[in-house]
Amino acid sequence: MNALALTPPIAPRANPYLDIESYEGQGDLMVLNMGPQHPSTHGVLRLKLWLDGEVVVKAVPYLGYLHRGVEKLLEKLTYVQSTPIVDKNDYVSSMTNELALVMAFEKLEGCEIPRRARYIRTICAEMQRVASHLLWLGTFALDMGGALGGGTTAFMYCLRERERILDLFEELSGARFHYHMMQVGGVRHDLPAGWDAHLKRVAADISARIPEYEHMLSENVIFRARTRGVGRIDKLLAQELGLSGPNIRACGIDHDLRRSQPYAAYDEIEVRPALATEGDVYARYQVRLAEMRESLRIALALIDGVPAGPIMGRKPIETVNAVKPPAGEAYVAIDSPRGELGAWVVSDGSTKPYRCKLRPPSYHALSALPYLLPGVTIPDVVVILGSLDPIMGEADR
Amino acid sequence: MLFDSPVLHALILGLVICSALMGVTSYFIWFERRFAGRMQGRIGPEHVGFKGLLQPIADAFKLLIKEDITPRNADRVLFNLAPLLAVFVALLTLAVLPLASGLVIADLDVGVLFFLAAGAMTVVPTWMAGWGSNNKYALIGGMRAIAQSVAYGVPLVLAALVPVILAGSMNLSEIVAAQAGGHWFAFWPPGPGFLGGILFVLASLAEGNRIPFDIPEAESELVSGISTEYTGMKFGLFYLGEYVHSLVGAALFTTLFLGGFDGPGPDVLALQLFWFLLKTSVVSVLLLWVRWTYVRLRSDQLMTLCWKYLLPSGLGVVVLAAMWVWFSQEAPA
Repeated sequence: MNALALTPPIAPRANPYLDIESYEGQGDLMVLNMGPQHPSTHGVLRLKLWLDGEVVVKAVPYLGYLHRGVEKLLEKLTYVQSTPIVDKNDYVSSMTNELALVMAFEKLEGCEIPRRARYIRTICAEMQRVASHLLWLGTFALDMGGALGGGTTAFMYCLRERERILDLFEELSGARFHYHMMQVGGVRHDLPAGWDAHLKRVAADISARIPEYEHMLSENVIFRARTRGVGRIDKLLAQELGLSGPNIRACGIDHDLRRSQPYAAYDEIEVRPALATEGDVYARYQVRLAEMRESLRIALALIDGVPAGPIMGRKPIETVNAVKPPAGEAYVAIDSPRGELGAWVVSDGSTKPYRCKLRPPSYHALSALPYLLPGVTIPDVVVILGSLDPIMGEADR
Repeated sequence: MLFDSPVLHALILGLVICSALMGVTSYFIWFERRFAGRMQGRIGPEHVGFKGLLQPIADAFKLLIKEDITPRNADRVLFNLAPLLAVFVALLTLAVLPLASGLVIADLDVGVLFFLAAGAMTVVPTWMAGWGSNNKYALIGGMRAIAQSVAYGVPLVLAALVPVILAGSMNLSEIVAAQAGGHWFAFWPPGPGFLGGILFVLASLAEGNRIPFDIPEAESELVSGISTEYTGMKFGLFYLGEYVHSLVGAALFTTLFLGGFDGPGPDVLALQLFWFLLKTSVVSVLLLWVRWTYVRLRSDQLMTLCWKYLLPSGLGVVVLAAMWVWFSQEAPA
């Protein structure tokens, strides 16, 4: 059945700037606007596809349908008020969004983070990564299987597990989605009693179920035929486009900010790299599955050693104007579930940032589409798009 | 024959069976939703009536009162005719299905040929919808449907040939009679019947554009494929047609490979009907299981599967069946 993996030969490098007038096809081209309202464009991405039959000749992604002016909004809000705003940026990974921004503020202010707070941050970030990857796996299966079929089954399983993590975060922060957990100097909520036991139960259950997903997807001949050799990104292209996170690790490039420039408590724990070499959709799937396992391991390893002590490294934040860093600028990047999430903040010495720029990994992942899509058919467009794991809230800001 | 006149017989029996099938289909959908819910760790319809048993009625009513939209630039005739034809074509096959001994709407001598022809017709309403909607997604869906139905018609014919060769008849009643006493073709003779059965299931799933071969609909790629522009009851008719097709497909498989109404016990009508319905239900549930487990193939992979694997194995199975018949025959006098 391996011959099922019939894939179009991969062009050396598709030309995303192809002049469509100069294309000589067999017939007329059809222009298909896929999105912004489409079940599988992961939000409101619009893809303009030039189709020769069902084969894509040229693809141009149009962004901005979810632009809410977050960066401008951050200039109008004080440092204290801005954390819950970025929660809504990458809405499936709120913890890491907060973390990146808050760390940039802390770098400006130069405050020290207590060890307990750093442990809590790391555990939250890793569990958030598991939750995010679970949602990705579910929607990815949905892209492939549709709303009435095997895809939904995988989706339901993944959401069932993700729900457990949301329960965990709810117990910790009171919110299920937009946590407002991080704040300048530490975290807002201390671990409640019994939370470590809860976390261990959840982690054990999810670890036991990851092999079930592998059984359902990796060992499924149709799934393998759909993902192997599809959407292959070569190392050079990945570096040129600034891909990060699982997308670049699936190309065999060991780029992980948790290890190269450890933040939070990553300097105290070993992070094992999850790498693949093929750079195709299947490799990205494998990397994300391996990362789920690794994140659960990190969270479990840290939860027993959470040191006693304060959770805030500065005087408590009681007013909106409490944070007032000196003039200057700071850039901090962390490894979010989607890749390198950066926050660049310029301060003019007031209680509001002068300028705030976010570097969303999804934006860069989407820039790979014009290179990957020419030559594939519509089913593969959906699969390739899904495998890059873009979140439009983050890409459009 | 229940009545003296064959026309009267066909009319009355056809009406009764079709009406019964509509009810069965509604509750089959209810069952599927409960079944899928159980598979996915959720509940499924629960609130309308006891265990959601009134859900199909509520759904049908909802579809009836929805606004009926025909897109401005659609081909009105094709667009409006397609859903009706979809149900009609799906129901056609019923005519030659023997539900119990003597209980068949039209006992055609070329029953197998008739249902193959009716099956090949399914592509017509699909393409009418795809073309008539004047929608790009629907058009792509329709194009896929044609390629798929034409391709999978071939292995379907080959698979259906196996029971025909083994029974020596194209009449479905005689095919059932040839399997009487537990000699079901799926198990006896070993080999051709079993392989032919698998082939038949795969090909009929694909010819009917059903999951996991539902690429003309492929809602994750083509929004909703051919039914993108349909609303209300017209959409409902497509839905109905699809389910009728899948139930009739299971019934056909039962008839051709699982001995039809053959089963232990005396040859009374009620018992025969019971065996027939039981086997059909088991086959349907197995198909549901497949449906809720697998993801969908890409269209080119689907074609590869057909032309490179199913077609040669279909030819092989036919040869096997023919050899069995040849060698098991007594030497001609």
